[in-house]
Amino acid sequence: MEQLLSLFVQAIFIENMALAFFLGMCTFLAISKKMDAAVGLGIAIVVVLGLTVPVNNLIYQYLLADGALAWAGLPDVDLSFLGLISYIGVIAALVQIMEMFLDKYIPALYNALGVFLPLITVNCAILGGTMFMVERTYTFPESVVFGLGSGVGWALAIIALAGIREKLKYSDVPAGLQGLGITFISVGLMSLAFMSFTGIDL
Amino acid sequence: MKTKELLFDPVFDNNPIALQILGICSALAVTTKLDTTLVMCIALTSVTAFSNLFVSLVRKQIPSNIRIIVQMTIIASLVIVVDQILRAVAYEISKEMSVFVALIVTNCIVMGRAEAFAMKNPPVASFIDGVGNGLGYSVVLVAVGTVRELFGSGTLLGFPVFLTTNEGGWYVPNGLMLLAPSAFFLIGLFIWALRSWKPEQVETPEYRIQPNTRPVEV
Repeated sequence: MEQLLSLFVQAIFIENMALAFFLGMCTFLAISKKMDAAVGLGIAIVVVLGLTVPVNNLIYQYLLADGALAWAGLPDVDLSFLGLISYIGVIAALVQIMEMFLDKYIPALYNALGVFLPLITVNCAILGGTMFMVERTYTFPESVVFGLGSGVGWALAIIALAGIREKLKYSDVPAGLQGLGITFISVGLMSLAFMSFTGIDL
Repeated sequence: MKTKELLFDPVFDNNPIALQILGICSALAVTTKLDTTLVMCIALTSVTAFSNLFVSLVRKQIPSNIRIIVQMTIIASLVIVVDQILRAVAYEISKEMSVFVALIVTNCIVMGRAEAFAMKNPPVASFIDGVGNGLGYSVVLVAVGTVRELFGSGTLLGFPVFLTTNEGGWYVPNGLMLLAPSAFFLIGLFIWALRSWKPEQVETPEYRIQPNTRPVEV
């Protein structure tokens, strides 16, 4: 239990997907201009990461890993090279299912998320979460915690950046730095601030 | 369009990283050392070029409502090939780059060019466009990678350039260069430099600051 809590904190603050591993940067920079859009996208990322990482974990453990097909009588089969294509398929399918489910049962949330749901399929934070899970060989409970934690971390980062950018548009920025340039510099400062969490251990 | 334009336009005039905001994710993570940077550039350029080529070859057969999944499959297969080759040829480097080779799948440059260019243009032009965008990406990455390795550990491609104090030299390595924030700062500064050189790329501010109307108080 303690170990899971520690993993959760680590995924949010120390190994923040956006600020320490630069994952999902394109959407991170493009969608952070408005606060409400950033909040919507953040929630969507938490939900999708919390679902796809555990599902991909099951797929890896019981279908793709070396010797994973032993339950089907094929102990010598190693399908791990198919990983990438199956993960991206799973992510696309899950996002699609979630979209249909939300449309039918929770239309308010569906309307709030709008165009962000399909966009998430090609967000590298989602695939990155799965790849880290495979590389670090997390167990199933760990992958649930890791998926949720890294989603919360990413959401936190984009909401903070949106807040900064809303203030930033009233400031006097040198011409060449206007827009993208100054955003990069502010993200750098945020990443510096998040580094102060390094070493926290519960 | 002419071949030369297709190839060199994305390098400075329409740079995928600095202007189109595409493919930044991997740009920052692999640049702590120049050798991983170069491998990443080669991997990305070849994936972009070939995915453009293959998408363009089948563009008339793809029904438009399932085109994304067809493009995804082509790109994912190419990335698997690149990943397996890297593991076979340069295992150490592929270990260092960890998940970032796999993440070429979701790199927006590859997907963006397949969608924006290869779906509408013949194969050869698409291939060259892919190489060009790969080059544009490489220019930024190599610049950032050079600065980070040179100032972060005093070496280039592993060869010592500045003798560090640990080895009896004069240079005190700047550890910040090897950490995440410096990558953001360097790309920000690179964009600044590029836009000062080509002012037509400057974005217009949403609000313009009024000049001070009461100069006495200043």
